[in-house]
Amino acid sequence: MQSIDLRGVSCPTNFVKAKLALEDLENGTTVQILLDDGEPVKNVPRSLKADGHKLIGLKQTEDGHYLLELVKQEE
Amino acid sequence: MSETKQPKLDLSNLKAGGFIKERGKDLFTIRLRVPGGRMSIPRLKKIADVADKFGGEFVHLSVRQSIELININYKNFDAVVEALGEKDQKVASCGARVRVPVACGGCEYNPNGLVDTQKSALEVDQKLFGTPTGHHKFKVAFAGCPFDCPKSATNDVGFQGAIEPVLDKAACISCGLCAKSCVPKAIVMGADNKPELTPAACIWCGDCVKVCPVSAWSVKKQGYTVRIGGKWGRNPLVGTLFATFLPEERVCEFIEVVLAWYKEKAEAHGRVRLGDIIIREGSQAFLDHLRVTFPENVVSSTIPPQVILTQVGN
Repeated sequence: MQSIDLRGVSCPTNFVKAKLALEDLENGTTVQILLDDGEPVKNVPRSLKADGHKLIGLKQTEDGHYLLELVKQEE
Repeated sequence: MSETKQPKLDLSNLKAGGFIKERGKDLFTIRLRVPGGRMSIPRLKKIADVADKFGGEFVHLSVRQSIELININYKNFDAVVEALGEKDQKVASCGARVRVPVACGGCEYNPNGLVDTQKSALEVDQKLFGTPTGHHKFKVAFAGCPFDCPKSATNDVGFQGAIEPVLDKAACISCGLCAKSCVPKAIVMGADNKPELTPAACIWCGDCVKVCPVSAWSVKKQGYTVRIGGKWGRNPLVGTLFATFLPEERVCEFIEVVLAWYKEKAEAHGRVRLGDIIIREGSQAFLDHLRVTFPENVVSSTIPPQVILTQVGN
């Protein structure tokens, strides 16, 4: 699975980086995005949802980060 | 200067307020009305031209979002009003009137906005701006969400966007983000690993709806939380809760009902703000008055506007 590591990247740079990474992928591709706890996990998923992507899961990892799983869906 | 004729001034402009005496001889500030702080770019350009021609070296942005033209000679009042091309519009008011409403950017482009504060501010400006209160100034502000950047509770009537959330348990993926994001801890994760909401603790900020990655939380009801009786200045008061989920389309009607009570109860008390009248009359009497027209929105009990002691300490 495609993976985008945004640990250590602050808002809103993490969101912009996610957008750029998603641009290179085909619609329908499932992607995993690694996010920091705190503001990033509160902001990035909702912003990506607002962009039209289908969010399918969000889980906390053992080391305290978050793993967001989504399907790229953009016009 | 000997050629200067006595200027003919349209004093109805002055009566509307918005002309403020400056320190210098013959000089005034002209306060231009900018409801909700939103200004079209053509108007901004025109104002810049007029300020350049008639005013000083800068303009001032008032704390209530108006643009103030500085150093205007009173002899140029009519020329300024003419040049602005806003003859039909009143300039921004001073005095014992309903002032220009303040508002945040609202929900159109700000992702935090829960209600259309810009629309509300424009409506209040069109319908109620400049209404004489007979007693003192009357300020209204609109905040789109409980972050409350406009500090709504420091106004005579402060509106704060609010939503009541509802959960679709089947759609929930148990990620726990809502509980984690809930500042007042009104949402906690239950034994079934699904969120549970305690309504009494909720401040209706909508963070759960915004943060939910799968839209399991959605909006059940929306409107304004209304706090009344606030003011700042020398004797600050913070407005307290009088109504919840007031529909956006009833904002002007609500203010009119508040104004009617204020006009009547402040009679013979001189130059006194609404908050002090509520303290004098008791918040229950005011609640009863509001409940007649807004039975679904007025809270069952409240406290009077709260005095803030800003002079304590040595």
